[in-house]
Amino acid sequence: MKPAPYDYYDPTTVQEAIGLLNEFGDEAKLLAGGQSLVPMLNFRLARPSQLVDINNVTELDYVRRDDGVLVIGALTRHRSLEQSELADGAWALLPEALHNVGHVHIRNRGTVGGSLAHADPAAELPAAVSALGGRMVLRGKDGEREVTADTFFEGFFTTALAPNEILTEIRIPAWPARSGSAFLEVSRRHGDFAQVAVAAAIALGDDGRVIQGGLAVAGVGGEPVRASAVIDGLVGEQPTSQLIGELTEEFVAELTPPSDLHGSADYRRQLARHLVPRALDESVRRALA
Amino acid sequence: MSRKVDETAVVAGADSTTERSITVTVNGERFERTVSVRKSLVDFVREDLRLTGSHVGCEHGVCGACTVLVDDEPVRACLMLAVQANGKVLMTVEGIAGEDDELHPVQQAFWENHGLQCGFCTPGILLTTYDFLQEKKNPTSGEIREALSGNVCRCTGYQNIVRSVQAADQEWER
Ligand SMILES: Cc1cc2nc3c(=O)[nH]c(=O)nc-3n(C[C@H](O)[C@H](O)[C@H](O)COP(=O)(O)OP(=O)(O)OC[C@H]3O[C@@H](n4cnc5c(N)ncnc54)[C@H](O)[C@@H]3O)c2cc1C
Ligand code: FES
Ligand code: FES
Repeated sequence: MKPAPYDYYDPTTVQEAIGLLNEFGDEAKLLAGGQSLVPMLNFRLARPSQLVDINNVTELDYVRRDDGVLVIGALTRHRSLEQSELADGAWALLPEALHNVGHVHIRNRGTVGGSLAHADPAAELPAAVSALGGRMVLRGKDGEREVTADTFFEGFFTTALAPNEILTEIRIPAWPARSGSAFLEVSRRHGDFAQVAVAAAIALGDDGRVIQGGLAVAGVGGEPVRASAVIDGLVGEQPTSQLIGELTEEFVAELTPPSDLHGSADYRRQLARHLVPRALDESVRRALA
Repeated sequence: MSRKVDETAVVAGADSTTERSITVTVNGERFERTVSVRKSLVDFVREDLRLTGSHVGCEHGVCGACTVLVDDEPVRACLMLAVQANGKVLMTVEGIAGEDDELHPVQQAFWENHGLQCGFCTPGILLTTYDFLQEKKNPTSGEIREALSGNVCRCTGYQNIVRSVQAADQEWER
């Protein structure tokens, strides 16, 4: 047997799952798609005493449009969201990002909530959700709270989730009619985690000026790094290549990416310097299309 | 499928937090077994059902040798627990060939185009191809390479695998 011993529970409702987490405290682990947790169990890097499998909590598996907001249940598989017809306009950033996550086998099992809760600094989905201004709904025994991506992602593999809380839903706000988005990534091979990935979304007014935007970069910090200064510099302006280039230089100069096996800090900075303008330009082009 | 396997295995046991009885349909045949909740689906298929065509390479999701179809979708059987397959319909490489053990067009194409050498990766590649070609006709070599990007082969250098998939696309009436 690969994993260390655990007791297995497979609740069918969120309420039941929260009850179990409360009972067991931080000895327990939630199991969603298993595409990150099971490798850690197999290597015994994770040794939870209890495994709370939420794959039968089908009430968390949905994608729908609610009052203009895209709401995604945490147990929605990557593959379902990737193929969802609801994810259009700026929201098309989500399928575009997911297309870079692992391989089809991984996306058939991996869940939206699992990717966000796992919070790998090189993961695609956290950057995309962050760029779109998505909010996470966390539920515990005392009720629900909704947090922004900035609050949710706290650093390397760390989120605002308490051990007895479940991420239940992701809410992606409506974007104006003339919006476009783009996801660009450089990785060693297709399907690998990003060395650097850029998620961008831009909304334009009738006069072609930027009225709203979002930009988040994966692989250059402990969590998706939001380039708020770049967006602030663009809002109210025409998104010219020159302006985008200047703002990118300022942003990149501030970055302190990690150096590791997958790329040096300089290399990652260089990737960001190239990918950020391309993602912004492409977003503008799609907003105009 | 005519194969009957391991009928002597004990089917019993009350469900507990460490053992469960599960029912799965594999290659058209229904099986009921009691399994440890820690057992991976691929170990279950190999050890309990004696279907050893599914291979175990890395056991952490990167090589694709353990690929099986669960409810018609390719998944890593090393990253699923056997208990999670309860009630599901599975297909393993043993289920691709027809009743009379005649090779499926996908298998035939790999045979004819030298799409394998040692064969370790082949079951996963066959099932991934089987799923891919069901959805896709006339794929480009780029699309084939992307579809198979999650299946590692240490022998062939992939050229003949891509050729085999192209041939299978032509030959398989679907
Ligand atoms: C070969 C391979 C390649 C991969 N490539 C990529 C890649 O390129 N990019 C990428 O982003 N990912 C990649 N992944 C990881 C994959 O995307 C995972 O699916 C994802 O990181 C975790 O989602 P999961 O549903 O599988 O979660 P699990 O593995 O089940 O859980 C992961 C963690 O999140 C917690 N968790 C899960 N759901 C919830 C919830 N609803 N509330 C609170 N906590 C929860 C679990 O307790 C656990 O700690 C890859 C995986 C493999 C095996
Ligand atoms: S053994 Fe499952 S992916 Fe390698
Ligand atoms: S044929 Fe040997 S690993 Fe692919």
